[in-house]
Amino acid sequence: MSAHQHDHHDHHDESDEVHVSMRDYAIGFVLSVILTAIPFALVMGNVLNNSVTTALVILGFGAVQIVVHMVYFLHMNSKSEGGWTMLALMFTLILVVITLVGSIWVMFHLNSNMMPGMNHEAIESIQQLK
Amino acid sequence: MSDLLMNAAMNASTDTSSRYYVKEHHPKNGSLLGFWIYLMSDCLIFACLFATYAVIGRNYAGGPTGAEIFDLNLVALNTAFLLLSSITYGVAMVGAQNRNLKRTLVWLGITGVLGLAFLAVELYEFWHFISIGATPQRSGFLTAFFALVGTHGLHVFFGTIWLVVLLFQLKKHGLIVENRRRVMCLSMFWHFLDVIWIGVFTFVYLMGVLP
Amino acid sequence: MTQYPIETSPIFGRLTLNAIPYHDPIIMGTFVMVVLGGLGVLALVHKHRLWSTLWNDWFTSIDHKKIGIMYMVLGLIMLLRGFADAIMMRAHQALAFNGNEGFLPPHHYDQIFTAHGVIMIFFVAMPLVTGLMNYLVPLQIGARDVAFPFLNNFSFWMTTFGAVLIMASLFIGEFATTGWLAYPPLSGVLSSPYVGVDYYIWALQIAGVGTLLSGVNLVVTIVKMRAPGMSLMKMPVFTWTALCTNVLIVAAFPVLTAVLGMLTMDRYLGTNFFTNDLGGNSMMYVNLIWIWGHPEVYILILPLFGVFSEVVSTFSRKRLFGYSSMVYATVVITILSYLVWLHHFFTMGSGASVNSFFGITTMIISIPTGAKIFNWLFTMYKGKISFELPMMWTIAFMITFVIGGMTGVLLAVPPADFVLHNSLFLIAHFHNVIIGGVLFGLFAAINFWFPKAVGFKLDEFWGKVSFWFWVIGFYFAFMPLYVLGLMGVTRRVSQFEDPTLQIWFQIAALGAAMIAVGIAAMIMQFYVSFRDREKLRDTTGDPWDGRTLEWATSSPPADYNFAFTPVVHDTDAWADMKKNGYKRPLSGFVDIHMPKNTAAGFIISAISAVIGFALIWHIWWLAAGASAGLVVAVIAHTFNYKRDFYIKADEVARAEAARTQLEQAHV
Repeated sequence: MSAHQHDHHDHHDESDEVHVSMRDYAIGFVLSVILTAIPFALVMGNVLNNSVTTALVILGFGAVQIVVHMVYFLHMNSKSEGGWTMLALMFTLILVVITLVGSIWVMFHLNSNMMPGMNHEAIESIQQLK
Repeated sequence: MSDLLMNAAMNASTDTSSRYYVKEHHPKNGSLLGFWIYLMSDCLIFACLFATYAVIGRNYAGGPTGAEIFDLNLVALNTAFLLLSSITYGVAMVGAQNRNLKRTLVWLGITGVLGLAFLAVELYEFWHFISIGATPQRSGFLTAFFALVGTHGLHVFFGTIWLVVLLFQLKKHGLIVENRRRVMCLSMFWHFLDVIWIGVFTFVYLMGVLP
Repeated sequence: MTQYPIETSPIFGRLTLNAIPYHDPIIMGTFVMVVLGGLGVLALVHKHRLWSTLWNDWFTSIDHKKIGIMYMVLGLIMLLRGFADAIMMRAHQALAFNGNEGFLPPHHYDQIFTAHGVIMIFFVAMPLVTGLMNYLVPLQIGARDVAFPFLNNFSFWMTTFGAVLIMASLFIGEFATTGWLAYPPLSGVLSSPYVGVDYYIWALQIAGVGTLLSGVNLVVTIVKMRAPGMSLMKMPVFTWTALCTNVLIVAAFPVLTAVLGMLTMDRYLGTNFFTNDLGGNSMMYVNLIWIWGHPEVYILILPLFGVFSEVVSTFSRKRLFGYSSMVYATVVITILSYLVWLHHFFTMGSGASVNSFFGITTMIISIPTGAKIFNWLFTMYKGKISFELPMMWTIAFMITFVIGGMTGVLLAVPPADFVLHNSLFLIAHFHNVIIGGVLFGLFAAINFWFPKAVGFKLDEFWGKVSFWFWVIGFYFAFMPLYVLGLMGVTRRVSQFEDPTLQIWFQIAALGAAMIAVGIAAMIMQFYVSFRDREKLRDTTGDPWDGRTLEWATSSPPADYNFAFTPVVHDTDAWADMKKNGYKRPLSGFVDIHMPKNTAAGFIISAISAVIGFALIWHIWWLAAGASAGLVVAVIAHTFNYKRDFYIKADEVARAEAARTQLEQAHV
């Protein structure tokens, strides 16, 4: 867009610009540091002796930190672009979950039906025939 | 909506056709929304890479495991670089908002340096892995690892190139509306680099060393 | 056939003169025809001095109308190539019985069915659908262009250069022999070491970038650039389907990019995504490619559902029945299309629980489509129906698509699918829905909007000839395949032992021949319409008494579409305006802000094609150099800040006056 003609374009677009503040970035930064340090400490220090629990906890921290990034760094809110950025994000999130969960569910079922000795139901039903 | 009011004021009510058009209409700029949607599509690429890592990420094929080769101190360092670069970009954004060109340039520059530092550490890590035989061709786990982390690194690389180009464009044209838009788009891109990295260090590195 | 080991040189990679298939008379014959035809076209262009027009007014144009037309031309040309592949398969299969091996050796036959699928989906259906949406959406929403006009041009050229790579594979090297989805391990570097799969990969990756960007473009256009007063629920139904289609594009194509990228890494770098050993899992490819693949077929059909809504309401002279339910049905289909993908590989062995889930979701997704059919029927009920060609194609669609949909629901039952998977029943099903739905819809759309785009109607007689040969030919070509599939015949097979099957293949070949006549009639239709264009001229801009805003413009529309941006008060905005006595303003025009033409899209796409070609043939220095060139070209383009200009008010006045003159001369 040429900048020297029709200056009212400038004013028109200024009202659409997102308002950023150092405060937002600072809060986001501090929260992110905390939310990063704890998972690292948990894993490197082997604090909770259980792998599964640790995994779930750090995934939870990761998810929270992503939300922190969205809100404080990306200025995510339901108003920007008439709500379309939020809608796009929600839709993408749903698809990411479907892709991840769906793929894992499908692939592990495929795997368990492929490897000899891993199909417990088949083994049991054969054993019952005996 | 102001177009309509203008139009209503300008045209006498006797002309029935006048309610069906406006003389001047300036459609809103779609760059920010468009870039956001592109970023969403990029997230889906990463979703596929994460899904693949989830499926073949434990296929060690008798080769090295994550626990054996990952150096979490290095990962922590890298995470620090990227996180810091997010806040330095934030300072640049505030500078752009206040139309302070010098501040914008300086802090964008620092962001770029931090991005390069991130890449340097990552390249060192990759080189180290390859030198001990943990190559991308060794196993499903390593293939998925290099693809996911490497793709993220490639995004950082291109983001840094974009940042350098933008520095030149800012110097040339200043903080005109088009450049401010570009700074905002790169800002979204840069923060997303960190968002994806959160997924990477959690899912790949931290979970990778768990037994 | 490739001679192993393949010699590589540092300058030419693995490209040698042996790559040209001298030994294959069919290909060499095709090459001669293509060269002669190409020279003929070039001669015509030269004779009429059209070079500068082609470059300045079309190739470098960022006008969505020009780009839309170019997409349609690309799609129709590639239809001829894809159909040639089909005719060859039908002819071969009709002959290959009782010891007769047919005229196509298996290696060639495999390339033909692969190319047929890839071309029809990626280079016929996608460009035609994209072209339609590109042309219509800005006009229907009262805008002057799309949100990102330069990206639009770039997207078109990326698609075109993808097609160029596919066409090149015919004469230099060979194409993939893996089927249109190139499953590993067959598509891996061990089983397909030569260039075929690489052509496939790079053609699709390049075209895929174009499609993805086009998706972003149209979503933003619809969200941000609607005329004042046009709320979402006042948009034309075609625009709604375009919105959902482009959302699907943005959501699905990244998956294709990722999975093809992984296959590329396996082939070029020896990684283990989909290998049989060292921890790869080739089933993950099937999983990911269908996560893309199922939304893809909805990308193909949704716009055509929109077309049918426009055609049915216009030719029944009635408002569409159940506008809201049409919108909701479209949105539901969009979301559900992500929950059915496993039905493409029920037999891969995920077990009963997984199969039942996806079987059920697949059956559910047929419901909103059924709702749409009822809405179209209710629109027609008590309407004043006129059976112009668009309406004829729509009726043919309704019957044909419903049959195809029913066989789809049959396939959705996993136990049935275990018998029918990869049989000719499946082939019949998807051709039934794609030809009956997508292709018939495109022909309806072309007949409907051709006068708007070009300024004169299409000849009706040849249109009807084409229609009858296509429709009857379709049934002859594909109904036998349902029978063959139920009898157990597998897809992608080129020779048969059982002589009782031959008659069905012969009937199918007859059907293909009828379709060929239909295509010829269509070409005739274009020629006759051009020849008789003054007689067929559309002088009002509204030859069908249309209901949506594109009919408010002249035929063809001015560069700026609307001299004044329309204000919308109701759905079917143009019908509303006509009903309330709207008269076009003839004065008071203002300067109009427009984007400039540019060669950057063409150049960047051409460089991408060079990179693709270099990577296919392992010419590493060229790939590296061209990649550097690409980065430079892209950065150079971003330094161009002067991308727009103004059409002066008096130029607008002149164009509008010319339109008035044309209208009055024919009153």
